[in-house]
Amino acid sequence: MIRISGVDKKFGDREVVSGINLEIRRGEIFALIGPSGSGKTTLLRLINLLDHPTRGSIAFDGLSTDGSEHERLAIRRRMAMVFQKPAVLNTTVEQNISFGLQFRGMEQGQIRDRVTRALEMIGLSGFSKRRAITLSGGEMQRVAIARALVTEPEVLLLDEPTANLDPLSTGIIENLIMQVNREKKTTVVIATHDMAQGQRLAHRMGVMMDGQLVQAGDLYEIFYHPVNRAIASFVGINPIRGGVVESNEKNLATIAFGGVRIQAITALDKGHQVAVCIRPEEVTLALPGVCAPASSARNCLTGTIQHLLPFGPFTHVHIDCGIPLKALLTRRSCDELGLAKEKQVTATIKATAVHVIPDT
Amino acid sequence: MEEIIAGIIQAFQLIISLNPELLEVTALSLAISLSATAIATLIAIPLGGLIHFREFAGKRVIITIIQTLYSVPTVIIGLVIFLFISRSGPLGLFGLLFTPAGMVIGQTILILPIMVGLTITALSGVDRNIRDTLISLGATEFQSIIQVVREARFAILGAVILGFGRAISEVGVAMMIGGNIRGATRVLTTSIALETGMGNFGLSIALGIVLLIIALVVVLIMNLITSGALAESDRIRGGP
Repeated sequence: MIRISGVDKKFGDREVVSGINLEIRRGEIFALIGPSGSGKTTLLRLINLLDHPTRGSIAFDGLSTDGSEHERLAIRRRMAMVFQKPAVLNTTVEQNISFGLQFRGMEQGQIRDRVTRALEMIGLSGFSKRRAITLSGGEMQRVAIARALVTEPEVLLLDEPTANLDPLSTGIIENLIMQVNREKKTTVVIATHDMAQGQRLAHRMGVMMDGQLVQAGDLYEIFYHPVNRAIASFVGINPIRGGVVESNEKNLATIAFGGVRIQAITALDKGHQVAVCIRPEEVTLALPGVCAPASSARNCLTGTIQHLLPFGPFTHVHIDCGIPLKALLTRRSCDELGLAKEKQVTATIKATAVHVIPDT
Repeated sequence: MEEIIAGIIQAFQLIISLNPELLEVTALSLAISLSATAIATLIAIPLGGLIHFREFAGKRVIITIIQTLYSVPTVIIGLVIFLFISRSGPLGLFGLLFTPAGMVIGQTILILPIMVGLTITALSGVDRNIRDTLISLGATEFQSIIQVVREARFAILGAVILGFGRAISEVGVAMMIGGNIRGATRVLTTSIALETGMGNFGLSIALGIVLLIIALVVVLIMNLITSGALAESDRIRGGP
């Protein structure tokens, strides 16, 4: 649907995004994930044709977007964007939602119908005559989404649509996004710094850091096989550093962290400096001695519990096994095992659950 | 002191009896200054919009010059216009000197900078995100400019009213271009200057009071419009 090729954007001397190559597929929800200031907004603005790339090109549905302002307007009218800080005009909610349709020269009666339906969809029926600037943040953001959706865009661009909103408004907006994607087959690109939101909504993800798209792929790839330490930290795994590949036979490697050895699947050869990522939910805990390795491709490490961190119905267990390990257990199984600080436990991790990244 | 009291009494008599000369001078003042304000508005909004919305070299310099012209003395404008429209001037053939039309031109030029400048300020006060939002919603450049101007409507109205205030209260242009000709170009401010010089304090005070009443009416209209806007928003806010 959208093909971004070699796009750079500079503001003055500052390069805000660089070397972006990305294909957004028709009908998918694509999440752009990355910390604040990583260039997500800039990329969305480029896609919406609000700014021109300094280098490279963007094609929309096979059409070049380098043409005249007139051509760019025609393409822009096939998309809609919702900004992080919703700007509403000092007029009624109804009027605010109808701007996009007015600009397209739609006839008044038809506009009224669509606006009424849009208000129902965002759960703000009866707000049509309200002055938009008197709405709360969450309501304003819903109006901004309705304003984008009434134009029935082929592509919906959302820039942190739920940042600073309460969980209830966030839920309403997320449901709306999924509904539109499902029912109208609208392609959605959503920028968010909220990993969990990306996980809830997206079919595919791209991770942006310092203006570069460092990894793009489906959720599994990003969560389990982050390409570098920065992404690993961002997706919620603390990489364990200081490992060296001791041996590697047909990609089953033994990695040494001082005296501790871990088996993992990697193509990296003997002698490589590596870090390993182990998702806490992949670590199973048992009382010492209970665990016996079922096969050679399974790691069994014994260590002391450093502390237990309650996390809703779950508990994060931090264990020192010579390397720092984190396990995620339900609170119930934690109680059943009688886990407590200073106690000894055995942690079991499949070799396939250990993701190895080169450490430079 | 007696003179002042006698003047005030005479002034009220003139106003209550609707003295024809007083009415004529007031009517001409209003006609000239309202025309000048109307013309200046028609120029200032598009021109202010053009300067605000377009990026070009020297934009900051132009805005600084406009702001400097806020405080240009009326007599300097009078002098410049005089040089242009006097018989020997480049526009002398139109015979505009000592005519109401000449005064309208003078006042228009006088209040144009402040109105353009305040229009630019009003437009700058509109959130940058509004413009992005409009463009993103598929507005053409013209459509987005119209909406941004509408968004700044109250601030722009303030600029118009300030322009009118400056026009009706100035003496320099009215005196130098109009010439204070009785029955033709005599307006409130020039009459006050003349009558005071001739010792007719009663008429001067009466004219002064009328000028202040006009100022009051302008303020009332302005408040009415803004409070009307507020009442409207209150009504709208009173929804569910």
